[in-house]
Amino acid sequence: MSRDEQQKTTIPFWRDERILRFLGQIVFVLFVLFVGALIYQNMKAGLAKQGITLSYSFFNGVSGFDIAETAFPYDRNSTYWQAFLVGLANTLSVGVVGIVFATILGVILGVARLSTNFIINRLAAFYLELIRNLSLLVFLIFWYLGVFLKLPRVKEAIIWPGDIILTNRGVGIPWGIPTASFPTFRLILIFGLILAVIVFFALRAYGQRTGRAPLTLLWSILTFILVGLLGWIILPEKPLTLDLPLVKGLNLSGGKILSPEFMALTSGLVLYTAAFIGEVVRAGIQSVSKGQVEASRALGLNAFQTLRLVVFPQALRVIIPPLTSQYLNLVKNSSLAIAVGYPDVFYVSNTIQNQTGRAVEMISLVMVTYLAISLFTSLLMNWYNQRIKLVER
Amino acid sequence: MRKIFVVLTLFTAFVLALAACGGAAPAPSGETVTVKETVVVTVEVPVAGSPAAPAVVAPAGYGVTLETVKARGNLICGVNSQVPGFGYVDADGNFAGIDVDYCRALAAAIFGDASKVEFRPVTAAERFTALQSGEIDILSRNTTWSLVRDTELGGNFVHTTFYDGQGMMVPADSGLTTLEDLEGGTICVQTGTTTELNLSDVMASLGVSYTPAVFEDADATFAAYAEGRCDAVTTDKSGLVSRRSVLPDPSAHVIMDVTMSKEPLGPMVRHGDDQWFDIAQWTVFAMFAGEEFDITSANVDDVKANATAPEVRRLLGLEGDLGLKLGLTNDFAYNIIKLVGNYEEVYNRNLGPDTPTYIPRGLNSLYTEGGLLYAPPFR
Ligand SMILES: N[C@@H](CCC(=O)N[C@@H](CS)C(=O)NCC(=O)O)C(=O)O
Repeated sequence: MSRDEQQKTTIPFWRDERILRFLGQIVFVLFVLFVGALIYQNMKAGLAKQGITLSYSFFNGVSGFDIAETAFPYDRNSTYWQAFLVGLANTLSVGVVGIVFATILGVILGVARLSTNFIINRLAAFYLELIRNLSLLVFLIFWYLGVFLKLPRVKEAIIWPGDIILTNRGVGIPWGIPTASFPTFRLILIFGLILAVIVFFALRAYGQRTGRAPLTLLWSILTFILVGLLGWIILPEKPLTLDLPLVKGLNLSGGKILSPEFMALTSGLVLYTAAFIGEVVRAGIQSVSKGQVEASRALGLNAFQTLRLVVFPQALRVIIPPLTSQYLNLVKNSSLAIAVGYPDVFYVSNTIQNQTGRAVEMISLVMVTYLAISLFTSLLMNWYNQRIKLVER
Repeated sequence: MRKIFVVLTLFTAFVLALAACGGAAPAPSGETVTVKETVVVTVEVPVAGSPAAPAVVAPAGYGVTLETVKARGNLICGVNSQVPGFGYVDADGNFAGIDVDYCRALAAAIFGDASKVEFRPVTAAERFTALQSGEIDILSRNTTWSLVRDTELGGNFVHTTFYDGQGMMVPADSGLTTLEDLEGGTICVQTGTTTELNLSDVMASLGVSYTPAVFEDADATFAAYAEGRCDAVTTDKSGLVSRRSVLPDPSAHVIMDVTMSKEPLGPMVRHGDDQWFDIAQWTVFAMFAGEEFDITSANVDDVKANATAPEVRRLLGLEGDLGLKLGLTNDFAYNIIKLVGNYEEVYNRNLGPDTPTYIPRGLNSLYTEGGLLYAPPFR
C-alpha cells in the first residue's frame, strides 16, 4: 500500500495520465475556441468588405408585413421583434399539439404492432413501413395540396356532425368563448389541480406503506375532472359559451378556424412522427423479458397489473431516451412549415431576413432558438428519465 | 498515453496549416468560401496594367468582377425559373425570358459569345444573399429597385429594364372588381418580395382587412391560388400575366384594373465594383440605343458596313474607344445586338403579341413613343 503510494507520487507530471488527460481537454477547448474565433474573424472581414456590420438594432424597426396566424395582436405597425415572437409562438403551438397527438397515436401503433390479432398487427406493420420510407417534405406537401386544399370551397362546405366545417379555407371547429365568470372558473380549476396533486402524493404514500399499488394517476385525474365539473355546475353563468363556426362572406368565421397550413403541417408531422414513436414503444415493450411477465403472473398479478406494475415501468426506461429524440425531431422538422406556408419561426425569420438583408443575424438567431427549444425539451425528458431510472443497490 | 501524442501531433499540424493560410488573408472557411475564391483570383492576376484602368485612383474592388468572370470563362447570372416571359425553363430545357436574354447580352458584351452564361435559378428570398455572397455575378430576376435594396441589401440597381406595377388577379367568375371587394378575404402572396409589403401598405390605407397566405415561391403561391386557397393573388402585373398563362385555364382569371405600386424591375450588381456596374448599365443602354437607331440583329452587319452617323459609328465601335473605357472590346454593343438583339427584339421574343405572355409595351416604349426608355448619349 505505502509502496504504491510512494510510486504514484514520484511519477513526473508529464507522465501522469490524469494530468495529461486534463491537459488534453484544455488543449482541445483552446483548439475549438481558436477555430471558432478564426471563423468569426473571417466572416466579419468578409462582411466588412461588403460594408455590412452586424447588429440587432434593426429588430426594433416597423416590420411592414402581415402575418396570417398570430397568437397575440400583431399588425404591420409592429416591430420585427414582435413578428419573430409571433413565429416562435406558432412553432411552439405546432410542437406541443404535435407531440401530444404523436405520442397518443404512437403508443397505439406500438401496441398494435405487438397485437396477436393478425390483421391489426399487419396493418400497423404496413403503416410503419410505409411512413418510415417516405420523405417528410413530400408527405407534408401531399397533406397540403392533396388533402386540405382539395376540400370543397366555402360555398360547398362539408359539415360534419358536431358542427365541424371542412373547406379549403380551413377547418372550423366549435370553440368556447370565455364569459364574465371565466376568471372564477379558472380559480376553481387551479384548486382542482392542487387537489389532484395532493391526491396523487397521498395515494402514492399509501401504496408504498401498504405495498398495494392504487391507480394513482387515474384517481388524481378523476379528482381534477370532478372539481372542474362541480365548478361548471355551481357557477350561475357558464364560464364558456359555445361558439359555432359558420360560413360568412368569402370565409369562415366564429368557432376556431384551423388554417389548411396548420392542419397540413400538424397532421403530417403527427402521422410521420407517430410511426417512429410506434417503433420505439414496440422495442421498449419487447425489451422486457418474458420471464418477468411469467414471474408476475405466477405471483398472482392479473394481465393489467402485470402491464402496469411490471412491464411499463421497465419498458419506459428503454423508451424515454429515443422518445426524447423523436420529440426533438418533431420540433425541428416543424421548420418545414415553409413548404406549406405556415408562418413558424423559421418562416417569419426568413421573411425578416429577406426584407432587411440581415442574413447572418437572423440565421444565428434561428439557430439559437431551435437550440434553446431542443435543450429545454431534452432537459425535461432527462429529468423524467432520471426519476424513473432503475435504482441500483 | 500514446493516443494523446497522436492527437497533439495532429493538432499541431492542423494549427500550422490553418496559420499558414490564415497569415496573409483571413482563411477561407464556411459559407464565405466562394467570396474568398473570387478575391484570390484577382490577387494572382493583377489588373493594374489593364487598358481600361482610368486615370483616377481606382478603389479596392474596382474591376474585380470582370477579371473573375473572364478568368472563369463564363458569367454566372441569378435568374428566375418560374416566370414565363421573364425567366423560366422552356420546353427544350433552355432558359428563356427577357431577364435571361439580358444575361446573354451581358455575356455577348464581355466574351463576344452569348452562350457563355451559367444560369442560377434563385427564389425571391434567396436572391440578395446569393448576390452578396458572390455566388452570382449579377442578379437579373424581375427585381424591384428600392432604397433598402440599394443600400442595406448591399447592391446597386442598374437602369430599369421593365417598368411595372403591382396588380391583383381573381377568378373571373368571382365578381370581384375592386380591392375593397376583397374585404375579409384571403390573398395569396409570395414572401421576400416588395409585393407582400405593398399589399400590406395598400390594404391598410384602404382600411380593408384581409388574411395573407404567404408562400415561398411562385409555383407554391399560384398552386394554392389555383386550388382556391385564396380569393385573389397579387404580384407584379407582368408576373400575373406570365403566371396566368400557365394556370390550368388562363381565361378563367382576370387581372383587376388597379395598380397598387410602382415596380421598376432591373438587374442588380454587388456594391464595390463600379466598373462592373458601368458594364451592366451600358449593356442595357446599348439595347435601348439599338432600338432607337433601328439596328437589329438582322441588319447590324449592314449598318456597320455603311454607317455614317457618328453616334451609330461610336456605338458599333467603328469610331472612338467606348468599349475599351468599360474594360471591354470596342465592338461590345455590336456583339450584343448581333447575338441577342436590341430591346424591341428581346421584348417581342418574350412578351410580344405572338407569345402567350403578351404585355403591351406601355411605359416600356422608347421615349420617342411616349415611353420611359431613354439611353444617354454614347460618347
Ligand atoms: N418585383 C418584386 C416581386 C418579384 C417576384 O419575386 N415575383 C414572384 C411572383 S411572379 C416571382 O418571380 N416568383 C418566382 C420564384 O420565386 O421563383 C420584387 O422584386 O420583390
